[in-house]
Amino acid sequence: MKISFTLNGTAKTVDVPEDMPLLWILRDTLDMKGTKYGCGIGQCGACSVHVGGALQRSCQMKAAAVQGAKVTTIEGLSPDGNHPLQKAWQELDVPQCGYCQAGQIMAAAALLKDKPRPTDADIDTAMARNICRCATYNRIREGIHRAAAIAAAD
Amino acid sequence: MIPVTLDVSRRNFLKVSAIAGGGLLLSAYVPFGLSKDEENLFADFTPNAFIRVTADGKITIIAKNPECGQGIKTMLPMLIADEFDVPWASVTVEQAMADSTKYQGQTAGGSTATPSNWDPMRRVGAVGRQMMLAAAAQLWSVPVTECNTDAGTVLHKASGKKASYGELAATAATMTAPDQTKVPLKDPKDYKIIGKFTPGVDNKAIVTGKPLFGIDVTVPGMQYAVFEKCPVFGGKVISANTDVIAKEPGVKKCFIVPGGAVLSELLPGVAIVADSWWAAQSARKKLVVQWDEGKTATQSTVGFAAKAKELFAAPPIKTLRNDGDVDAALTKATKTVEATYEYPFIAHATLEPQNTTAHFHDGRMEIWAPSQSPIGGRGIVAKHLGIDASTIDIHMMRNGGGFGRRLNNDYMVEAAWIAKESGVPVKLVWSREDDMRHDFYRPGGHHHFKGGVDASGKIVAWKDHFVSYGQGEQFTQAGNMGGSDFPAGLVADYNLGYSIIESGIPTGFLRAPSSNALAYVMHSFIDELGAAAGADQFKFRMDLLAGTTAGAKSSMDLERMRGVLEMVADKSGWGKGPALPKGRGRGIAFYFSHRGYFAEVVEATVSKAGGVTVNQVWVVGDVGRQIINPSGADTQVQGAIMDGIAETLAQEITFENGRTKQSNLNEYKLLRMPQAPKVEVHWRITDNNPTGIGEPALPPVIPALCNAIYAATGKRIRSLPLTKTDLSWA
Repeated sequence: MKISFTLNGTAKTVDVPEDMPLLWILRDTLDMKGTKYGCGIGQCGACSVHVGGALQRSCQMKAAAVQGAKVTTIEGLSPDGNHPLQKAWQELDVPQCGYCQAGQIMAAAALLKDKPRPTDADIDTAMARNICRCATYNRIREGIHRAAAIAAAD
Repeated sequence: MIPVTLDVSRRNFLKVSAIAGGGLLLSAYVPFGLSKDEENLFADFTPNAFIRVTADGKITIIAKNPECGQGIKTMLPMLIADEFDVPWASVTVEQAMADSTKYQGQTAGGSTATPSNWDPMRRVGAVGRQMMLAAAAQLWSVPVTECNTDAGTVLHKASGKKASYGELAATAATMTAPDQTKVPLKDPKDYKIIGKFTPGVDNKAIVTGKPLFGIDVTVPGMQYAVFEKCPVFGGKVISANTDVIAKEPGVKKCFIVPGGAVLSELLPGVAIVADSWWAAQSARKKLVVQWDEGKTATQSTVGFAAKAKELFAAPPIKTLRNDGDVDAALTKATKTVEATYEYPFIAHATLEPQNTTAHFHDGRMEIWAPSQSPIGGRGIVAKHLGIDASTIDIHMMRNGGGFGRRLNNDYMVEAAWIAKESGVPVKLVWSREDDMRHDFYRPGGHHHFKGGVDASGKIVAWKDHFVSYGQGEQFTQAGNMGGSDFPAGLVADYNLGYSIIESGIPTGFLRAPSSNALAYVMHSFIDELGAAAGADQFKFRMDLLAGTTAGAKSSMDLERMRGVLEMVADKSGWGKGPALPKGRGRGIAFYFSHRGYFAEVVEATVSKAGGVTVNQVWVVGDVGRQIINPSGADTQVQGAIMDGIAETLAQEITFENGRTKQSNLNEYKLLRMPQAPKVEVHWRITDNNPTGIGEPALPPVIPALCNAIYAATGKRIRSLPLTKTDLSWA
């Protein structure tokens, strides 16, 4: 089926099977590799994107539901990689293998939008659905606090 | 547990070449632990490039090892850059291709990269610096001893002359490289990069979603593949409805891959190649295969447990070590403890599922793969495809996690076979289910212990019947024990024997292989003996380490081990402060593995309902005189600690009818943010050559956590994961 949607501010039209998840439309149809495949069942959060401003597992969203949606991926989070989270992540050397980090950052961005100065408990709740197999959780937590501080100073 | 010989004294040479536009290419052949014969084999080959300086001053340093999150792509170039004396910010790091004739030891495993590269990589940089000095001295007609370097520039103080490495590159490229073994190295106090917090070189690409990983590779004209193997390990294809599948939407081809019988290579299966991965994976739902499941189909976790019980009732099939007279010592002991311990098979579950892109073109096989052992993969591809290894080019893509899984290259050879058969570039991507069902698992194991302490609280007898997995008398990979394993040599009357459960389950190395299981059982049983003796668990372990050194795991230095143990007791305030209330407890353990000395204290809370929270972990490590990248070192340790906690809390792979029961991350639990404790990392600096930190921090945390739970509840964890024990208390 033909679907049209907005990806990182740009109009896109793709012709894909109606049950094809947004994850694979992004990765294979549109060659946007930032959004990752981890489990395919909505458990790991590596495929996290924003749809209409809300956090969404792209592996769980079928093509038919994407019609007309406004989708933001890690590639569109900021114009040149200068979102406070992207800055903090580099400054504090958050990634280990880095595979989950696009999903972590998209989840953390949704959190900061709701709660600009989150507590540790807020972070635990908001980030519980994103797995980091390298378990760089101490640094992710620190990174979110640092990003909040960067955003507050801007 | 990959053996590596460390010897940097052998012949090594550097080659200098000019590059277009007046640049310099400094190449080195560095013998990374090769035998003399092997070295001669390689002596005539073109050496690899490590440093490239162009006339415009651009400095490129080549990272030779596969990156899987251990930070090696950053750390090895740091060593070169510091001795070359260039600012880190001016360096561009480039990933090497897999090439065993140029680069030795392109394997990410065994925590070997630091010990085997610490000296050679610094020497590569130091040679480069000497050549820049020599070039400047020649150009300015001044003695080289009057010249110095600073931040990529050569200076002559007396004349005030100054030239950048870029300006000197063309001249340097005409000179002969000095002897790498004699080149002076920096005094550590002059390090500008080594020892500094250095973020990963790929961080910007990671946080902006650039394609970096194996799974991100795109090749023009590429098609996508899935590969269905027999759910029973080693099963063969009898027939499949390939004609039906070939007509499914988007499917280009469907065919049977004959494969062989070696579990770590190319196994039989059915390939589906389509114009998208989703089309291939969707078509797979209609795939019907008739399998010859083979002999493993009768094996199960339940059957293994029954067999272990049976084997414990008989003497071990073989003795690995016997010191003194353990049975007599047990009779004489003041207190004895008898206990059976067991731990399960576990999976690696790298977050990036296994994948490889392959393209057979112009008589060559080009491969893009996330692999911890690309050279091993090349050998398997050559063998199964019947092509010469020299015609295989492997791009070493960033690994989305390794943990030992990608030391096996089964997915690489599958992709290469499917691509060759398809005649187009093909990207094979495993589903998460494929990954969980076709891993090389950390093998489970069973130990039956008898131990005794004397009236003074000293361990005087230790008897261990280890029941492992394998074939005949052979241990399965990573299911081994030896006569020098801890605590052999520390208890005078000691006996270790083993028996084998016949198994067709594929096993392999998983972060701190064998140590990740043995530390758990040894330090849990030590804790039982310590409790029986009524001893303080820290002092009890200090006493154990005060014993003889004879036969203690060959290279374990007891003084270094005591050092980290004392320091972790101090940092955690062990034995100080008020007693903890019931439900809260602390445990302690140490372990030596992969040349690293680690001691750890865990504080945990167990709720009345039996829920476990790990509050905090204190870690002290001794990996020698220099922490090369404090950022990477700390996160590796924290990650290893979290990994051990995850293994303890809930991880288990079980088998039924020769198949893996778990299929995805809802059934196999990885650690999540709310479970992650604060991990405090300290380093004990000792005057020893630096060694690796990817693995050795992991083993002690498992028994330290189990011992903390015992301290909190009085319940001993004799079986992992914790979900098997009812930890509720009133």
